Amino acid sequence: MEIIVCIKQVPGTNLVEVDPETGVLKRNGVASKLNPYDLFALELALGLKEKHGGRVRVVTMGPPQAAKAVEEAVCMGAEEGVVLSDRAFAGADVLATSYTLAQGIRRAGRFDLVICGRQTTDGNTAQVGAELAEHLGIPHAGNVMEVIAVDPERKRVTVSADMDATVYTESIGYPCVLCCGGDINTPRLPSYRRKKETEGGRCTFLSLADLEDRDEADYGLPGSATKVEKIYPPEGKKERSFLTGTDEEQALALAEHLRRLRFI
Amino acid sequence: MGYLKIHQERITKAEADALTALCPFGALEYDGRRLEVNAACRMCRICVRKGPAGCMEYVEEDAAVDKDRWRGIAVFAEMREHGVHPVTLELLGKARELAEVTGHPVYAVLAGYRTDAAAETLAAYGADAVYVYDAPEFEKIRLDIYANAFSDFIERIRPSSVLVGATNLGRTLAPRVAARFRTGLTADCTALEMKENTDLVQIRPAFGGNIMARIVTPNHRPQFCTVRYKVFSMPARREKSGTVYRLELPEEKKISSFEVLGTVEKPKVVDISEADVIVACGRGIRSKDDLKLAEELAEALGAQIACTRPLVECGWFDPKKQIGLSGRTVKAKLIVTVGVSGSVQFVAGMQGSEHIVAINTDPQAGIFSIASLGLVGDLYRVLPELTSRIKELKNEPV
Repeated sequence: MEIIVCIKQVPGTNLVEVDPETGVLKRNGVASKLNPYDLFALELALGLKEKHGGRVRVVTMGPPQAAKAVEEAVCMGAEEGVVLSDRAFAGADVLATSYTLAQGIRRAGRFDLVICGRQTTDGNTAQVGAELAEHLGIPHAGNVMEVIAVDPERKRVTVSADMDATVYTESIGYPCVLCCGGDINTPRLPSYRRKKETEGGRCTFLSLADLEDRDEADYGLPGSATKVEKIYPPEGKKERSFLTGTDEEQALALAEHLRRLRFI
Repeated sequence: MGYLKIHQERITKAEADALTALCPFGALEYDGRRLEVNAACRMCRICVRKGPAGCMEYVEEDAAVDKDRWRGIAVFAEMREHGVHPVTLELLGKARELAEVTGHPVYAVLAGYRTDAAAETLAAYGADAVYVYDAPEFEKIRLDIYANAFSDFIERIRPSSVLVGATNLGRTLAPRVAARFRTGLTADCTALEMKENTDLVQIRPAFGGNIMARIVTPNHRPQFCTVRYKVFSMPARREKSGTVYRLELPEEKKISSFEVLGTVEKPKVVDISEADVIVACGRGIRSKDDLKLAEELAEALGAQIACTRPLVECGWFDPKKQIGLSGRTVKAKLIVTVGVSGSVQFVAGMQGSEHIVAINTDPQAGIFSIASLGLVGDLYRVLPELTSRIKELKNEPV
């Protein structure tokens, strides 16, 4: 099976402060990591490769440092990966990001499955996988928990999908996109031996000039449909009161308060 | 909206340094040869207005869309068990409020089979017009043909805004359709506002930290957003009812790549979203055994136990017990938070609750800014005392 997994390098921590006057974000210079939700997608892909043979390749959109995310995926067992990197891609919302990934995947030749993680820990939208499928013009299954079977003759894959109150068992024709849920498997660890085997050399860089659509207006900030109008620290409730006294005194006062409110 | 054009031929180190220092967001970078705008740019355009002449230019984009040709606030209706999912009704209520600003009609769109009762409900809870795609092909959820029905509705009716419940279905269907129309979608909004020019203001926490963002889709239509269950309130049933219209999809659009082999109802777990009284545990609780303190309080109060995300990540709780943006939204009559700091994502999942009581040792904890009653104290001493006093009071006549 030819499988492509979309991955993203995200900040190591989400602790961000805002200066309420200027709205400037102070991002600490923290280490980056592979988006944890993508690990489940990679594990799903690598498990399928083990069972059915083939290749797992990864694609990511990001600054040049995103190559580290590709390396980590390769050390887990992926064959190789592509970093889509260009100034023109910066400032992209979900529409532009998914479009960029789709353009990158179109350069990858034949594929059977594209597998995406549920969301990222920085963007948190959980939308890219579905939009990517639309740009590629192929079906997608959301909230995938498990791949139950693959039928290479009829080119269909059977999955279980979490539809809130119901679990669906469904088959879909491929090529298609599988958007997987969180916590659906136990991701394998990167292997040191594989790191040595593949040292550098499994990562390619693509820029805007390498894509079919080279119109800058379709990418990055110009290619985005949503714009952040304003960012600000959240407001607190106006009236709030505090109890006073020792821990024990406050506990008793709270009990009285709850009785007055008729909760006890 | 437009974009920034950099006239590199005018930029030497002097101009670059001036511009880099001027930008309040650190969005300009100079590598010695080229000045570039990075992703931190907020389009405030100080660099254009106050920077060295001729270096930065703002190129106005023609508004890509004629907003007058898009009219109405549409809600995508989702079915649950034997009726309409309550989130759909909540969104209809909100849509009516938003429609008052622009005078637009409110629509509901539904794909399903044997939908008469559901369509009537939608008409009674705020939709001026209910558009129904009723066919056996739609009996089970199949994303490709559901997307076709949804898109057909948008092409025919041209709503200005589309609200979708942020359920597992909504969160995977809405982006598909938004991408089909090359338009914007903001997921998990915690508030919505309408501007007179029909722009929908989509408000949500951002950057995983202590920030709220106001997001707009100024140049594209329709404007999509998803909103979780219980963020908005259930509206009242209305006197006047809307009209139901049946729409047909051409046969080829009902051909699906999906085959549903089976569906299984998940076992009913008591859902914290429905709880009236909740005790929520945070990282102030130091070990799994110490959860007993919170459990005893919950039992005394007749409350359900819930938790913050870190307590799910370390395996103490099932994800179904998590309150927050990536967990459940609760709207309790009383919620007592125990050792919870109050991150923006947690707060987004419970701020609609009526009485919020917070117990935390840190007086600066974010939770206190939304609590109606704050208790700065050590939960290890407060909880046992509180629980025992509650038990005493319960035995006393009122």
